Amino acid sequence: MRSFAYQRAADPSAAIQALAAASASNNPLTEAEIQPLAGGTTLLDLMKLDVMRPRAIVDINPLSPTWATVSLENGNLRLGAMARMADVAANPEIQQNYPVVADSLKLAASAQLRNMATLGGNVLQRTRCTYFRDVSYEACNKRNPGSGCAAMDGFNRSHAVLGTSDKCIATYPGDFAQALIALDASVDITGKSGTRTIPFAQLHKAPGDTPQLETTLEPGELISGFTIPGRWPRSAYLKVRDRQSYEFALASAAIALDVQDGTVRDARIALGGVATLPWRARDAEAELKGQKFDDALAERVAEIAFEGASARSHNEFKIELGKRVVARALHQAMTMEI
Amino acid sequence: MTTAAPAPKANMGQPIPRYDAVAKVTGTAQYAADMPLRDPAYAYLVTSAIAKGRVDNFDLSEAQKVRGVVDIVTHENAEHLEPAKFFSNGGYASTTNQPLRSPDIAEEGQIIAVVLADTYEAAREAAHRVKVSYTAATPTASFHSPGTVAARAKGQLAMFKDDPKVGDFDKAFEEAEVQISAEYETPPQHHNPMELFATSVAWNGDSLTIYEPSQFVHGLKNGVATQLGIDPDRVHVVNPYVGGAFGSKGSMTPRTAIMASISRRLRRPVKLVATRDQGFNVSTYRAETRHRVELGAMSDGKLTALRHEGWEISSRADAYCVGGTKTTTRLYDCPNVDSLVWIVRADRNTPGFMRSPPEVPYLFALESAMDELAYQLKMDPIELRRVNDTNREPIGGKPYTSRSLMACFDEGAKAFGWAERNREPRSMADGEWLIGYGCATTCYPTQMAPAAARVRLRRDGRVRVEIAGHEIGNGAYTVIAQAAATRLEVPVERVTVVIGDSDLPPAPVAGGSNSTASTCSTVMMVCDQVRQRLLKAMMPNQGQTVGQTPSGGASRSDQRLDLDREAAFDALGVSVIEEYGEWKPDGAPADSFRAMHNGQVRMVGGPEFGGKIAYAFGADFVEVRVNRFTHEIRVPRVLGAFAAGHIMNPRTARSQLMGGLIWGVASALHEATELDERYARYVNDNLADYLVPVNADIPDVEVILLSEEDTQINPAGVKGLGELGNVGTNAAVCNAIFHATGQRIRRLPVRLEKIEV
Ligand SMILES: Cc1cc2nc3c(=O)[nH]c(=O)nc-3n(C[C@H](O)[C@H](O)[C@H](O)COP(=O)(O)OP(=O)(O)OC[C@H]3O[C@@H](n4cnc5c(N)ncnc54)[C@H](O)[C@@H]3O)c2cc1C
Ligand code: SF4
Repeated sequence: MRSFAYQRAADPSAAIQALAAASASNNPLTEAEIQPLAGGTTLLDLMKLDVMRPRAIVDINPLSPTWATVSLENGNLRLGAMARMADVAANPEIQQNYPVVADSLKLAASAQLRNMATLGGNVLQRTRCTYFRDVSYEACNKRNPGSGCAAMDGFNRSHAVLGTSDKCIATYPGDFAQALIALDASVDITGKSGTRTIPFAQLHKAPGDTPQLETTLEPGELISGFTIPGRWPRSAYLKVRDRQSYEFALASAAIALDVQDGTVRDARIALGGVATLPWRARDAEAELKGQKFDDALAERVAEIAFEGASARSHNEFKIELGKRVVARALHQAMTMEI
Repeated sequence: MTTAAPAPKANMGQPIPRYDAVAKVTGTAQYAADMPLRDPAYAYLVTSAIAKGRVDNFDLSEAQKVRGVVDIVTHENAEHLEPAKFFSNGGYASTTNQPLRSPDIAEEGQIIAVVLADTYEAAREAAHRVKVSYTAATPTASFHSPGTVAARAKGQLAMFKDDPKVGDFDKAFEEAEVQISAEYETPPQHHNPMELFATSVAWNGDSLTIYEPSQFVHGLKNGVATQLGIDPDRVHVVNPYVGGAFGSKGSMTPRTAIMASISRRLRRPVKLVATRDQGFNVSTYRAETRHRVELGAMSDGKLTALRHEGWEISSRADAYCVGGTKTTTRLYDCPNVDSLVWIVRADRNTPGFMRSPPEVPYLFALESAMDELAYQLKMDPIELRRVNDTNREPIGGKPYTSRSLMACFDEGAKAFGWAERNREPRSMADGEWLIGYGCATTCYPTQMAPAAARVRLRRDGRVRVEIAGHEIGNGAYTVIAQAAATRLEVPVERVTVVIGDSDLPPAPVAGGSNSTASTCSTVMMVCDQVRQRLLKAMMPNQGQTVGQTPSGGASRSDQRLDLDREAAFDALGVSVIEEYGEWKPDGAPADSFRAMHNGQVRMVGGPEFGGKIAYAFGADFVEVRVNRFTHEIRVPRVLGAFAAGHIMNPRTARSQLMGGLIWGVASALHEATELDERYARYVNDNLADYLVPVNADIPDVEVILLSEEDTQINPAGVKGLGELGNVGTNAAVCNAIFHATGQRIRRLPVRLEKIEV
């Protein structure tokens, strides 16, 4: 960790102003010299490891009163970026109307971390690739553009099989983002040139040739909240990992279904633990829509979800596991009592 | 009585609360890094990013600019310390690869520089700004790497005595009606105790004080003195509490003498807390092992041939191995036994003791093979153990001092509901979960070593016991207090115990589960010296000897001290009686006490116990559930039944065994250090990626303590059980997985991708 200046922003405009200096350096967001601090569970962690080296951090926690609200209005769910994971997971209305949201948060991290961590910080958490997190490895295109990728032929059991490139195979580790992308959420963004709203699906970037560029946020921009249209009581999050709690997904699936008389009218499928960014399996959804559900269909859908997947030496199993998780999660969502 | 404090059965002490419970729970217990130092320089290690090669150059310019940096020590300016001899060859050190002597690098994570600064933050920042250029050579990572050389363990290290054999294995195996031949593997594992590897040092003139979590303060004191070339009496190691150790804090690591030498140079106390990831290399680990086990049996299950061959990884610098064949060749009755252990050298740090070092990997192999044999024989695995149970080990024909293995199986089976198991694999299920039951034998050698103690009794009944034992979470304070209270017939609250300090009378390393047996036997003996003086004062003419506890003697429950203590003190004309004594177990070598004061351990027990063999036994039962679809593996229930001689305190005993069972499950399903084979580097060197079980993984653990009396081991009658609980559990888990799925897993850890059903 390197010494840094600490600033506390009293309100959104002060935060934007303090962060404005970041734009000048025009670094990718994650390398920006000035970083907002929310729960700090990603940022401080990576600073201690010397992976992130901001010159200054702007504490946006004072924004919580206005940016931490959660509301269900006109059938849409609005989530403030500063809402804490634990609070949202425990919200009875969300548990009832958006189980996939509540479960993706509840099954993440630990109780202590969920108390600290915010939704905004959560979607921007960075990969757990151990080579990325250990600066003694020279080769990491994400951390050190152009240096190579130590994981490609190294120990890559936790790495991605979808959305990879020959520059980076790091998994996007978060759970909540899978719920957001599945439910067609949008993101509200505030910056020095005003506010904008984009589909959540456009927030993250695939690694391609520039794995260091992880999102479409401009330096100095802040996420103020998320909106999920509609209600999804028939939705579920299935997360598989080596231990039963406190671990990132080896494979997970966020599922939301609209079912009438056994026929699937609408279906949403997102995959976690297997892709380089929050991953929506649209072709798989298309296969499901308008069909009578049965287990054979679920397996076909799962097959489609992993078309084009490619593995390295230690993560081959994720393709088969991922399919089984999708099929199982579909089954669970179908059989939910709502 | 509660679950945590089981009611004592015959030959068990009271489950009194831990002596140090309040101090620990309220945070007043001071660990090494909590000890106040005046104006320390904070040390931060810079460690090697390559496993083999050399440092070409350090660029320190940016680091030196960090405000508060005091000094940066590299091989170019470090004091050259005396070489450290390997502990197994008469020295004290965990490794002989001494860093900061040359630019050469022999292992990943080797200390290559130490940054000293006025604050921890400055030291860390400067360390991160040190730039190192290396010339790297291709290292050998493990068994599968090119460039490995295997050599027989025998003759390479004093600790490994022999490859036990008896009879004619080849012939018997060939003639056996049923044969099993299988290969097994266990992964590297790191102890990861909660308390990090901290070292604080302060000089006062030419005297050195060290605050460091240590399982062996007298060893550390003598080792550091040797490396610094000073009189051991000038070194004082203080260490009242150890926040977990599991073997990783048993031998001296290079960091201690380095910190002491830097502190001497700076004329300032130095404080180091190595980080979690540095801890993977700063100390030792359990190296990966491979096994081939061959069993031959008759159709009634009687073993006729047993062969166990093991391969273990060690460093280039040192030959280390755990050599568990000394146990696996003696566990069951079998007339024809053969064994062989190999050491394979790689470019790694030197491995070392980790909780039940030999038994965890070697019993995994044997107890898995026994289960395979039971299935081939269509026999209940418990009955297979019964058929081959014995009171005499087969190699030398020595009698076990006591052995309650089958009693453990029978009580455990009853409590677990083993009878409800349908023997067929894949025969039990609950919805999407396949259910399996598995069991395995657990055992651990009963070991003892010489120790000394000082006991002071006051007229008012207050007692102070001084012995350089170690509180590593084992309950040392508590059981020592109980031993003294019982012998001197005072309430346990009146006993003060002082341990963890090298100025106290020496006790052995807190390893090999010898602590309770050694320290309690010693304290009992010295308490008896005190009693003796009181009795003499009361009955000057009778010259009677009371409560003598010759080793091996059976006088634990001897006559009460039927005297008026205050009258005895008055008769003596003193207000305090203090006695010092040195105790050694049966069969300890002649140089035992001299060695003890030099920080050397002369441990006896297990198969090396004169004409006898001494082990504690138990039986582990596990229920696993394997998800049909996702292949997730869960362990809803673990049960262990154990017999370990006299149980000093059922509460602390249960806690040790319960922790052991959890470890055992972890050693099957969770714990594994992953290697990047290209670089011989540990990849998951943090507690997010190095998996240990969380609460959700271990819903139900049951510990059953059996009554057992053993009058042949030591005066305390104690077998030691700190390392009993986590042996065999890994096999029980895999045996249960076989029962659930029909698939035999022979390579640990079991990850869900290994399940193929
Ligand atoms: C041991 C461990 C286990 C974990 N396990 C899981 C898991 O199983 N599943 C899971 O999903 N997550 C897991 N996490 C990740 C955890 O959920 C995230 O660290 C957390 O959600 C981040 O939120 P935060 O508020 O602490 O973010 P911070 O650390 O404060 O911020 C993260 C990043 O986002 C930026 N940022 C924060 N808020 C905003 C904003 N409003 N606008 C723009 N930029 C912003 C920061 O500058 C920083 O770069 C785990 C973390 C740890 C340490
Ligand atoms: S996978 Fe990506 S993050 Fe990991 S080492 Fe390669 S480039 Fe770096």
